[in-house]
Amino acid sequence: MANVQMPAQSLPAGQGGNAFVAGLRRILRDPFSVAALVIYVLLVLVAIFADQLMTHDPTQIQFRANGRVATNQPVSEAFLLGTTNLGRDIYSQLIAGSRNALMVGVTAAISVAALGTLVGLLSGYFGGRIDAFLMRLADVALAIPFLPFVIVLSGFFRANTWNVVIAVALLLWPNTARVIRSQVLTVKERAYVEAARVTGASDLRILFVHVAPNILPLTFLYGSVAIGWAILTEAAVSFVGFGDPSRISWGFMLQDAFVSQALSRGSWNWFLPPGICIIMVVIAGFFLARGAEEVLFPKLRS
Amino acid sequence: MSFALRRLAHSLFVLWAVVTILFLMFRLMPGNPLAAYINEQLSEDDQRLIMAQFGLNRPLYEQYVIYLWNLVQGNLGMSFFRREPVWDVLKSALPNTLILTITGLVIAYIFGILTGAWLATKRGTLAEAVIVPAALATRAAPEFWIGMILLTIFAFTFGWFPSGGANSAGAAYTSEWDRILSRDYALHLVLPALTLALYLQGLPLLLMRSTMLEILHDEFITMAKIKGLSPWRITIHHAARNALLPVATAFALGLGATLGGNVVVETVFSWPGLGRLLVAAVSQSDYPLAQGAFFLISLVLIILNLIVDLVYGWLDPRVSHG
Repeated sequence: MANVQMPAQSLPAGQGGNAFVAGLRRILRDPFSVAALVIYVLLVLVAIFADQLMTHDPTQIQFRANGRVATNQPVSEAFLLGTTNLGRDIYSQLIAGSRNALMVGVTAAISVAALGTLVGLLSGYFGGRIDAFLMRLADVALAIPFLPFVIVLSGFFRANTWNVVIAVALLLWPNTARVIRSQVLTVKERAYVEAARVTGASDLRILFVHVAPNILPLTFLYGSVAIGWAILTEAAVSFVGFGDPSRISWGFMLQDAFVSQALSRGSWNWFLPPGICIIMVVIAGFFLARGAEEVLFPKLRS
Repeated sequence: MSFALRRLAHSLFVLWAVVTILFLMFRLMPGNPLAAYINEQLSEDDQRLIMAQFGLNRPLYEQYVIYLWNLVQGNLGMSFFRREPVWDVLKSALPNTLILTITGLVIAYIFGILTGAWLATKRGTLAEAVIVPAALATRAAPEFWIGMILLTIFAFTFGWFPSGGANSAGAAYTSEWDRILSRDYALHLVLPALTLALYLQGLPLLLMRSTMLEILHDEFITMAKIKGLSPWRITIHHAARNALLPVATAFALGLGATLGGNVVVETVFSWPGLGRLLVAAVSQSDYPLAQGAFFLISLVLIILNLIVDLVYGWLDPRVSHG
């Protein structure tokens, strides 16, 4: 979001433990960051205890007392969020969807952050041809229309959640890499890096022992935003019909509602909750990024 | 001048890279590598014709050269499903996508920039407490979900706007311009463009606000205040002008997401554009059409990026002389 014009500022270096604790304290003092952490914890808890929280089997067709299929039921005690047009329990689907969201979000975030950080480190540290090549690659990745690429990939290969994760990783690393690179450029000029070089430390050692720890907070920042992107992307791919049919995700629920005419029937209980869940998880990434920005860039503190 | 040339060369390089990736991607499709161009339903003669035209019986590098040459000439092959040249299919969808995208972008950026600038002068008010989280929420919402909600409210509940398509069935028009300038088309455009605008306005709004807040503390603003200039003049002439540059950068960076996002918006509203065509082509395994649609979306993106960069270099001389 606001990272576009963020000044490349120095991080508190060489005081690892204390800076980390101080940063954590600051995060806990920011209401937005706390809200983000609450959302993440909630998501993880719901995903872990999904089996206990579900009231019905999300894939099973439900029946009413008179033996008829319980189609399009309104919100009630038996069906907390009503049922779909084929008689499936919406609340249980919503709970089941949290598992998919967590899995997609976390794996994509890790791969984007890892790939972006690695490229940023190599590019910034070695410079020269390696830098030119990697940054050209970043330009190309950014020029590929994101969602169409993911759709082609998941449409032509077997519909599979991992394709979404791979595509997200392949196209979203450049943003992270560029920011990390500029950070590395300033960090590698520091006196302690110079000192390490003088004592004969190898490039790899300097890179991963001295430089990398200082850019780690940025890695986490971009990772947390990538969680949101991955979940949104998975939802969009499911919505246009190329999702993994064997998994219940929030995007799948929205697609199901859309093609089953839930809109013209006004079944708000069906298509509103999955969207709100997605917004919550994505916005948590934004909140955390906003809070982290103040930790990383003290100048913004007012 | 040399900046424009450098920028053009860069765009051509990126275009070449994207085209090459596209070539490899569609050759790596599961199954027969020839599947990208030929399916069994075509007649023997047609198959042989296409084989020759695209050099499918030759080594890969020759195929690549032929592929590039065909692209330069605008020959994208035949659509399996529609049995007409891919380019003809794309040509009818391109204006719809461009009109939808540009309308959405213009509404979003005008609204976002003005609201963001205004909001910067309202620190700590109720307006800030309501609008900032709302803008964040629209950024976090799936685009198609925003569309679904607008559709339910304005098309199905109130019936103010049509629920899909770009023109009412059975309407006849004398020309393409006639069709696009009709009232019917405008009515169909409202909801999809509004969806796109709602999704896009958050970025310029939040960015404009935060940059303005930073700039309003700068020394030259204090100087302007000391000179006794009116707050309005300071906000617009001094602060807003400088805050526009980061917004322009974000605009350029966001173009890719915008064009990509069209795919889902077009799907929700059955808007006959490139994105919907791409989805249909992929689900029908219509490889040539999918490849063509992807190529055209990329091309539009690269051209828009080039234009934005050139305008940007003109706005901020530091860029073009850097």
